[in-house]
Amino acid sequence: MSLLDITDLEAGYGQMSILKGVNMSLEAGEIGVIVGPNGAGKSTTLKAIFGMLNITGGAIRFDGNDITGMRSEKLAEHRIAFVPQENNVFASLSVHENLEMGAYVRRDDFSDVLDHVYEIFPPLKEKRDQPAGELSGGQRQMVAFGRALMIEPKLILLDEPTAGLSPMFMSQIFDRVIAINKTGVTVAMVEQNAKQALAIAHKGFVLAGGQNSYTDSGQNLLNNPEVARSFLGG
Amino acid sequence: MNEFVFFLNKGLTSGLIIGSIYALGAIGVTLIFGILRFAHFAHGDMMTLGAFVTLILTAVLAAMGIVLPLPLAFVAMFPAMIITAVLAIGLDRVFYKPLRQAGAKPVILVMASVGVTLMLQGLIRLFAGVRSRNMFVEAPKEIFQIPFPGASRKLVITEPQVLLILFTIIAVIALHWFLTRSRLGKAMRAVSDNPDLAKITGINTNHVVWATWIIGGSLACAAGTLLSMDVTLKPDLSFNILLPIFAATIVGGIGQPYGAIAGGFLVGFCESLAVFNWAILLRPFKDDLWFEIPRNMALVPTEYKLMVPFLILIIVLIYRPTGIFKGRVL
Amino acid sequence: MSGQNQYSVMRDITLFAGLGVLILIIFLTQGSVYSLRMLVEAGCYAILALGLTIQWGYAGLFNVGVMGFIAAGAASSMLITFPRNPEFWNSAGPELVAVFIVKLIACGVLVWLANISNRWGIGGKLRALFIAVAIAVAYLVLSDHMSEMSTQIEKASGWMGGLGLPVAVGWIVAGIVAGVIAWFVGKICLGLRADYLAIATLGIAQIIKHFLKNADWLTHGTLSVSPLPWPVPKPADGEFLLARASYLSIVAIAIVIIYLLLQRAYHAPWGRMMRAIRDNENASASMGKNVNGRRLEIFVLGCILMGFGGAMLIHFTSIYDPSGFIDLNHTFLVWVMVILGGSGNNRGAIFGAVLVYIIWVMSEPLALTLFEFIGTYGKAWFDWDPPSDLNSRALQMRVFVIGLAITLVLRFAPQGVLPEKQARH
Repeated sequence: MSLLDITDLEAGYGQMSILKGVNMSLEAGEIGVIVGPNGAGKSTTLKAIFGMLNITGGAIRFDGNDITGMRSEKLAEHRIAFVPQENNVFASLSVHENLEMGAYVRRDDFSDVLDHVYEIFPPLKEKRDQPAGELSGGQRQMVAFGRALMIEPKLILLDEPTAGLSPMFMSQIFDRVIAINKTGVTVAMVEQNAKQALAIAHKGFVLAGGQNSYTDSGQNLLNNPEVARSFLGG
Repeated sequence: MNEFVFFLNKGLTSGLIIGSIYALGAIGVTLIFGILRFAHFAHGDMMTLGAFVTLILTAVLAAMGIVLPLPLAFVAMFPAMIITAVLAIGLDRVFYKPLRQAGAKPVILVMASVGVTLMLQGLIRLFAGVRSRNMFVEAPKEIFQIPFPGASRKLVITEPQVLLILFTIIAVIALHWFLTRSRLGKAMRAVSDNPDLAKITGINTNHVVWATWIIGGSLACAAGTLLSMDVTLKPDLSFNILLPIFAATIVGGIGQPYGAIAGGFLVGFCESLAVFNWAILLRPFKDDLWFEIPRNMALVPTEYKLMVPFLILIIVLIYRPTGIFKGRVL
Repeated sequence: MSGQNQYSVMRDITLFAGLGVLILIIFLTQGSVYSLRMLVEAGCYAILALGLTIQWGYAGLFNVGVMGFIAAGAASSMLITFPRNPEFWNSAGPELVAVFIVKLIACGVLVWLANISNRWGIGGKLRALFIAVAIAVAYLVLSDHMSEMSTQIEKASGWMGGLGLPVAVGWIVAGIVAGVIAWFVGKICLGLRADYLAIATLGIAQIIKHFLKNADWLTHGTLSVSPLPWPVPKPADGEFLLARASYLSIVAIAIVIIYLLLQRAYHAPWGRMMRAIRDNENASASMGKNVNGRRLEIFVLGCILMGFGGAMLIHFTSIYDPSGFIDLNHTFLVWVMVILGGSGNNRGAIFGAVLVYIIWVMSEPLALTLFEFIGTYGKAWFDWDPPSDLNSRALQMRVFVIGLAITLVLRFAPQGVLPEKQARH
């Protein structure tokens, strides 16, 4: 059985429906990348998984449990973490406090996870007492990742992690994603930079108009001339 | 020197006293503003309510014949703070929470709080009447007169004033400790900073809301009680105290507890210094001055004291609406 | 929008017919003279409610200072229409006032110049200094002159007295003064979030009342001024019926004119834009609409109506007394009228005003009777000694009920009894 299973998901904001039947499944330990044109419902899919909008049809199963429409607060307890695209740090809290907040749902000792996060993001250790809002864009992204890792998630949802970053940072971010994945975390990621993202993906999902148009392994999608023509810009 | 002591008594002490009251009130308002996102118009009446709870407990203690080294009202204030905090959570559950859950706009909550303030006002006056009351049920308040070197006039400070200043200092330190060291306190700052992310992170919003009302309600009770101990308990405090407290909140930056404290003292000092008659300080030098000292040199006549917080509010809103401590950008 | 709260003509007709029957019953049981007074006052409140409903219903502006605008309007109208005070005009007073006005204008220009000094390339810090100095100078000059002026006038003639102009002029000036105050408040607060406007209007109302209570030289302070002139012949020899009926007809004409103008504006492009802004501020702003400008217009317009209606109300009672302006009666009662009647619906505001005012007036004797009853039986059955101020406490019940009404309507009937008609274009 897959770790994440989405079947015929329909969802939207208020009465406006955006997702019209999205299917997706990820095995434990995989990287899944969602690509597609603007307005295809990529970010909306992540938000729907994370209980942030009205689900009108279909089902989401995670690790054997039905989590359809479960509230965001609860999902952290199921060890699903979400890194939004914007405003993804507590700007007035220090880096350290941001990480502590990430572990809010944990009642056990999480000092080893904290050490681990500082280990993979060394700059954060240096700036642990600075307000997160004063960091550079790339470092803020690290804080956001680190915060999400604090619950030792089984699944991490990333909404366009490279948006607004320079190309240099972009490859760094992808390296981090691979590193995080190597520790056994399943990743579901929405990306604009489809080529680079699909290159590291086990599975790719091409969405258009709120529906899957292609689902295959990342490599196959990259090699698929039709996908390349219509979605990857030649 | 006498003139200087007079200035300390009338200008500085009264600024410190009223500033502490405003600060205690504004902490609650700014936390509610930051976390629940609306201006809580019922805060003034919550102060009155807290003072009345204290008064009732004090009367009970006095009737039991208990004698303590501290004023009974001050001792009764602590259980009263707990009661007021519980009442505040109750008010939230009945009047604000349903609106919040229905996704009402903040302005609807502001309106609901206006409704709540009228209800509290009506109930308090219905049961307690409209006359002012003395919080010192058992014995008159103590007044300390401290001799000041080189002056025949003495420095005057009353027992409730000392208690108020001590309480404010301890409350501020405790609040600082709570907000920076405890898990719940940090969660409060997180919710105030970025409510959406707080939800994603799994922070339990209910706990944060409770903590907000507990702090806001208990400090409102303390402020109401200590103010009533310093002067008398007046049931018509409500809107008159609301304006300086809102001014302090906005000056300090919304959602910024330290800003609220600073704002409270700023407004308090401005008020007492604006109505202070500066001519008195100049009188000793009257022979050396080239002009005749007018009888009254107060910047603002006492009857227009309310203008001071309003003007501060207006100036801040025009030139720096995020407050001097950079509150949330609205 | 839930189905049962949709606009329906039947509901409109039923509710207004019910209101008519209620008024008829009052006429039959309480006599025409009493009922006419009630209707005139209810009519004045309807104008206030119209002013508030356009602010709240069309633009979502939360104004908690209705009382201040009423007070400002009433005081201006009193000053315009009250007979002249010859002692004042024969003293040095007029000259002092004229100089004050000149100084006021000069100070205004000074502050304005400091404010726009950045247009001549003056940097932030220097501009802040200029502004601070300008405000300080303006304040010192004005407050100095004001204290001088007030002492002199109070000594020479007690107070300024009025100008003795016709009542219609007074009412129009009342609207203008309220509108000017609203313009300043709105200009400062409307770019910020809604809560700030609420706080600022609450403040300005307290300040206006405070000022009027203390400005003995200008408005006779708390000594109150009476009798205020009427636009129609005053009741002579106890002939109340005709006088009140003619006053009522003037109020009614004013309501009809205001109502028709507002309806026109509502359906005009201006009204459509207003509602677009209210329903989706961001979308309207991104379409290049001047959101704050539109809001300022509606805020000023609403406050003009409040000043106007307030003047009408106070002239009818014939006595101007600044202590009589109370948040409860003049702000929150109007709020209950608006949200109960249905915000954004002019007919709803009129309906709410008349109904709530009738209930309000009736509630006073009701509360007193109830408490007398409680007092009597409390003594008889439980040997409970009612406090001596039972009557004044009984009236506090109404404060509670107003508050309860606001919270209940918000929660259970957020659209009021006459919901906004969803206009289709």
